[in-house]
Amino acid sequence: MGQTIIEKILSSHSGQEAYANDIVVARVDFIMGQDGTSPLAIRAFEEMGGSKVSDPDRVAFVIDHSAPSPNEGVSALHQLMRRFAREKGIHLYDIGEGVCHQVVPESGRVGPGTLVIGADSHTCTYGALNAFSTGVGSTDLAGALISGQMWFKVPETFKFVCHGTLPRGVYAKDLILHLIGDVTADGATYMAAEYTGEAIANLSMDGRFTIANMAIEMGAKAGLMEADEKTFAWLAQFTRRQFIPVSPDPDARYARIKEYDVSNLEPQVARPHRVDNVCPVAEVAGTPIQQAVIGTCTNGRLEDLRIAAQILAGRRIHRDVRLIVAPASRRIYLQAMREGIIQTLVESGAAVVTPGCGPCVGTHNGVPSDGENVISTANRNFKGRMGNSKAFIYLASPATVAASALTGRITDPREFLR
Amino acid sequence: MLLQGKAHKFGDDVNTDYIISGKYKFKTLDMQELAKHVMEDLDPDFYHKINAGDFIVAGRNFGCGSSREQAPLAIKHARISAVLAKSFARIFYRNAINTGLPVVECDTDQIDPGDELVVDLSSGVITNKTKGITIAAKPLPPVMIKILNDGGLVAHFRKYGGFNLD
Repeated sequence: MGQTIIEKILSSHSGQEAYANDIVVARVDFIMGQDGTSPLAIRAFEEMGGSKVSDPDRVAFVIDHSAPSPNEGVSALHQLMRRFAREKGIHLYDIGEGVCHQVVPESGRVGPGTLVIGADSHTCTYGALNAFSTGVGSTDLAGALISGQMWFKVPETFKFVCHGTLPRGVYAKDLILHLIGDVTADGATYMAAEYTGEAIANLSMDGRFTIANMAIEMGAKAGLMEADEKTFAWLAQFTRRQFIPVSPDPDARYARIKEYDVSNLEPQVARPHRVDNVCPVAEVAGTPIQQAVIGTCTNGRLEDLRIAAQILAGRRIHRDVRLIVAPASRRIYLQAMREGIIQTLVESGAAVVTPGCGPCVGTHNGVPSDGENVISTANRNFKGRMGNSKAFIYLASPATVAASALTGRITDPREFLR
Repeated sequence: MLLQGKAHKFGDDVNTDYIISGKYKFKTLDMQELAKHVMEDLDPDFYHKINAGDFIVAGRNFGCGSSREQAPLAIKHARISAVLAKSFARIFYRNAINTGLPVVECDTDQIDPGDELVVDLSSGVITNKTKGITIAAKPLPPVMIKILNDGGLVAHFRKYGGFNLD
């Protein structure tokens, strides 16, 4: 019987032919924890009687969510992570190195056919590299640190076939917002989302990461893509490791298949307070905004900063707007400096903050005030997400966020791309 | 195991940020402290309305969002005995089992705020004493029952030194 990508990866890592709904115990190739989840995992590790990490070389801790530390409570948790990492021989990415979902792929340890778990829900991002990667909690993380394994229910697969080419001014973010708006926040619960079609093949790797990143916003366990020459060219920047790509069999079984033609897609916006509350930008254009955010594990990559700089170059942001930019990694930050992108952004009025999660998770770096509207390239607009439940968060592409920062209201970026 | 208490009702898509906001969870490992802020952005007084053993009852996709295990832990430390919902988001569901918070999938339309419930976890039968009706719950997968019976994943690992799910 034919297998989907995720069935093949779980088969190769469990030593049994696995199909949807089977329960398997699988070997894990890489394990990641960040500063919101690792401290509890360390506690669980100790409570489980763990003494050593099964393979420290396959583990990374990343301090990115609340970094640099905004208060002594956070500092103590960071210190706990640093001490544990040193004792156990785990690599730790400290403040300023970037968002976990950028630095882990940049480590060259994750690629086609690998199985990755991360104590962060957006670990599904690495599916853009043809890996099965998924978010877990701290206790599962602790179990994997000790055993090098985790149990999985093999998910069914929801195939998204995307035809056509995205029009000018419309990006990967608009496509994934559109898909989530269409299938809703629990439309793919317990499933693996497999994205295919020429619209996906035409995307850059940065664009593919954006799509895979948001699979969790439709409830999916993973967001998977096939590997192609773009995938291998991207990986070649970081590793010489050989990966074997995994493709679905022609007779693989899918729980659902949906087809889309992206050729006439408009820029999309997710309105407060739900990621699936999506509409074309025209429906909310003109809404005043006070804060704009470009960055996060969804859209803090080089292509995103380039797109924003293209719109902001030679212009000043609106006087009533704060524009916060967080590059996804130190490497991206440096490359953006070399290309003059950072200069362009800062000259336009942007405040560039430490590579990392930026204000997305509400601990620091730009908590909005009561009643304020924020437009952000992040992946969540839940009430209170950015640290104030009386603020309103809209999600959009870097181009839409940049255009909106210029006008002070939600704006169709195509007005600046003519 | 029999659980008994009053229903506190919420809607669909209660996400982990609502259960425990990021602004608190990054500061401390003191779950008792976090519990005071449980559901704060949906109902600022919620913690003070809870009597030990009460239930959170919700609609679809409970626990969507982040992987933070602080979410089930905050609920548990707020002395909620179980969460009943029409469906659960995957990571939350798994985290709840791992940390020993019972989660029950059932038709929650038959439960109104304040209803007195008795939940029998072993038989999966929910008795709505206020309405005089019973509601059947969807059974947990056997692997999760095993982990719950062991007392959560930490206890499971202590017992076996690794996974023993057969």
